[in-house]
Amino acid sequence: MGCGTSVATETQRKGVETDDTVKTPTPALTMKAAVLIQRWYRRYMARLEMRRRYTWNIFQSIEYAGEQDQLQLSSFFSFMLDNFTQLNGNGPDLISQLLDPVVEPWLERETCYNLISVPESYTGPRLSFPLSVSDTNALLSAFKEQQTLHARYVLQLLYETKKLLKQMPNIIHLSTSYTKEITICGDLHGRLDDLLLIFYKNGLPSAETPYVFNGDFVDRGKKSIEVVMLLFAYLLLYPDYMHLNRGNHEDHIMNLRYGFTKEVMQKYKIHGHEILQLFQEVFSLLPIATVIDGKILIVHGGISDETDLDFLSSIERHKVKSALRFPRHSLEQLDIGQSCRQMKRMRSTDGSRPSSSRSHYKNQRTPNQRKRRCRLSRQDSAASTSSSSSSSSSSSSSLCSPRTPSSLTPHPCLSSPSMPYTINVLQVPFLDSLSSVSPPTPPQHEREWKQIVDILWSDPKTQEGCSPNTFRGGGCYFGPDVSQRLLLQHGLQLLIRSHECKQEGYELCHGGRVITIFSASNYYEVGSNRGAYIKVGRELVPRFYQYQVSRTTRKLTLTQRVRAAEGSALRALKEKLFTHRSELMLGFQQFDYNNNGRVSVSEWAQVLESVLRLDVPWRTLRPHLAHLAPDGRVEYQSCFEDMGPGISLPQVTPNLAETLFRYRTDIEIIFNIIDKDHSGLISVEEFRHTWRLFSAHLGVDINDKAIDDLARSIDFNKDGSIDFTEFLEAFRVVHKLDNKDQQLNGKVDGDGGWRSIHEGKNLNANLREVLHVSAEKLVERK
Amino acid sequence: MAENKQTAESAVSDVHKKIKAAFEAFDYESNNTVDVREIGTIIFSLGCFPSQADLHDFIAEVEEDHTGYIHLERFLPAMTKVLLEHKFPPIPEDLLLQAFEVLDKEKKGYLEPEELTKYMTQEGELFTQEEMDEMLTALADHEKNLIYYKDLINQLTIDPDM
Repeated sequence: MGCGTSVATETQRKGVETDDTVKTPTPALTMKAAVLIQRWYRRYMARLEMRRRYTWNIFQSIEYAGEQDQLQLSSFFSFMLDNFTQLNGNGPDLISQLLDPVVEPWLERETCYNLISVPESYTGPRLSFPLSVSDTNALLSAFKEQQTLHARYVLQLLYETKKLLKQMPNIIHLSTSYTKEITICGDLHGRLDDLLLIFYKNGLPSAETPYVFNGDFVDRGKKSIEVVMLLFAYLLLYPDYMHLNRGNHEDHIMNLRYGFTKEVMQKYKIHGHEILQLFQEVFSLLPIATVIDGKILIVHGGISDETDLDFLSSIERHKVKSALRFPRHSLEQLDIGQSCRQMKRMRSTDGSRPSSSRSHYKNQRTPNQRKRRCRLSRQDSAASTSSSSSSSSSSSSSLCSPRTPSSLTPHPCLSSPSMPYTINVLQVPFLDSLSSVSPPTPPQHEREWKQIVDILWSDPKTQEGCSPNTFRGGGCYFGPDVSQRLLLQHGLQLLIRSHECKQEGYELCHGGRVITIFSASNYYEVGSNRGAYIKVGRELVPRFYQYQVSRTTRKLTLTQRVRAAEGSALRALKEKLFTHRSELMLGFQQFDYNNNGRVSVSEWAQVLESVLRLDVPWRTLRPHLAHLAPDGRVEYQSCFEDMGPGISLPQVTPNLAETLFRYRTDIEIIFNIIDKDHSGLISVEEFRHTWRLFSAHLGVDINDKAIDDLARSIDFNKDGSIDFTEFLEAFRVVHKLDNKDQQLNGKVDGDGGWRSIHEGKNLNANLREVLHVSAEKLVERK
Repeated sequence: MAENKQTAESAVSDVHKKIKAAFEAFDYESNNTVDVREIGTIIFSLGCFPSQADLHDFIAEVEEDHTGYIHLERFLPAMTKVLLEHKFPPIPEDLLLQAFEVLDKEKKGYLEPEELTKYMTQEGELFTQEEMDEMLTALADHEKNLIYYKDLINQLTIDPDM
């Protein structure tokens, strides 16, 4: 009908009128003006909301992809164990020490902390055991003021916690009969501000305010130690009112990659090692589930169709130290992976284009599905292979992450559960969704491992059924029928879990039978999401409380926040482009028949999707990522313009450089492991050897000479040792436009003010209303 | 020429992809349906400026008989038509400025929250209280609590996408 036209005419007239009319416009004119503004504003808000969603989408996709790298790393550890040749006489010790650690016996005794003297000059809290309220209060104020607890007290606290946890069963049973309401919190991930905000809003743990913290206290955030110290302190103080479940990040191998290990080593240079060892023990002793009134089951991840709560009650939970350390049985199967690797390397020189069979899958609906299927197709079709040596590393990881982006519901996992490498070549493609190579009767310890891993890593999905993710059956995607069955079986009515970040801090699924609760607000970026906690009383109806820690929100408008989050997401995305440059270029060049540096937008998006396998709306994001030529086609080189290496690179071949960029974090971890005395230096020989192993594992075709050259070139002082921190700095991707970005992100406010919003939404209120919030609601509480 | 035809076809296909991308952002269960209440957001984000009446008409066309859901199958052709025919064209910035000036009777250069509230919630396509609160939080200058519309227009109508 062209409403636009009629408005235009009206307002043109209006333009004339206001020139020579009296101050008061006609009512009709006022109305027209109002309509115009309303329409414009509504559209503006919708656009903002859309950008917010895309940003969220990007963060989740990258996180998902990052998790897969993590699994690859642990497969590398196992690979190293199997293939280790002598490394300067250290042998496999350093790796097995990491993976199958034997706790130093002296840590069992009190002398582990007693012998540590606390200097007079120490101004932090001095704890006395058994703990009292004054101790926990001292911790609270100390941490608020950025103080660090002395190593002696850390060790003592951990030692006492370990003693206490040993007496606890695997599954804790609580009742609401004698208390007011139980508060249940989700992932904190080292966000001290969120924990303090919860305590502020909801009250400190006490007889009147009992808590359940559902895992993932550490990693990612910068204050993991403080968070976990507080939680353990309250656990010691009020063992009846404070309950902790283990999360998948209460795992020393995860900690290596996601920041907790680093944080400990940085804050405790002398005693970090012992502290980490004790943490490892304590983590494995954390209970794995909590049940309230025999009706509400609380676990960190979820369940599988094999979850057996009775079995879980009976096992020795502390034996499963890490989810990423397969039971020995599974390791034997890794040998198959090796022969595939050989095959793969032979084919990796074939420079064919990214799999054309990809297009076959495009009609499928779930982006997540596409992600996994893509992997399979690359390895199945003989013609399509990694076109460059570095690309084989991205296709080698055939694993689904145990976690799933919330907005992308996974369908049955189509790539087969396999060894963390190229075993896909042997598997039946894409119709077989269940685990294929499981032994008839798994040995006891493997069953225990699987049951615990399922509890800690699983995610709910909307489709029925239970599909294992490809990591040897570790963690599943469980459908509504699975949760229904389990709940019925045990007379339960609700499953509360965490493990996944949700924009509103919580989310219901499976018809309200499963609730996800997530307590780290601003998880990806300032303004990305709220945190929430649940309160549940005798009537067992959950109530949700949301909040958002915001030091700067008061000073930033909604637009600025969205823009900041968007900027952050885009930077992360650009880094991905940069670190896959050679593969992408090859892909683009396949379409660039005239060799003029241009491809169509569709082709550009197609290449990105197939190489990066990130499910983001490439076309919509195109203006942020690449320039258009005058003819409307994409100048694909412009994708890489903004990014560059941190400092001038040592002389390396492009392939090697890119691999280094991409796996920088993993390499850092490996170096840190090798560097047992934490000197920051490793020997050239160790470097060479590690590098050779790593590239063999990745299937990156790098000849020994290149490695030797590299080693020599970075051995700056020629004394046979390498400062690997410096080395790695060279491979940190730098954004050339960094200053500009920082302006947009705003500056951190000094007042550290908090703003909390939205109190107590009753579950029985309009569910749809609660779930489908279409725009950010931030109401200033006067 | 063959090239032109290809361009036309690929133009439609590009439009389809754009629409699908926007749609998918709200397709929570990955079954090609979205809640009818999100349609406005989707249409706006695709560059259109429908009025509330336009929206109602559009929804009536594509909704699945009062289920409260809209399926991609029906949305896609309807939306493609809207885009290719430029049905709900955007409002130019200068008109927007004039609209604000009409409401700013005393020509102060700004509007007070009460003023704007009165107009938005009592005139035209009425805002809900919620929308109003949101608008004030988003647009009002934090210190003086006034809406300086000239600055707003410059700042907020720059649209990098599409």
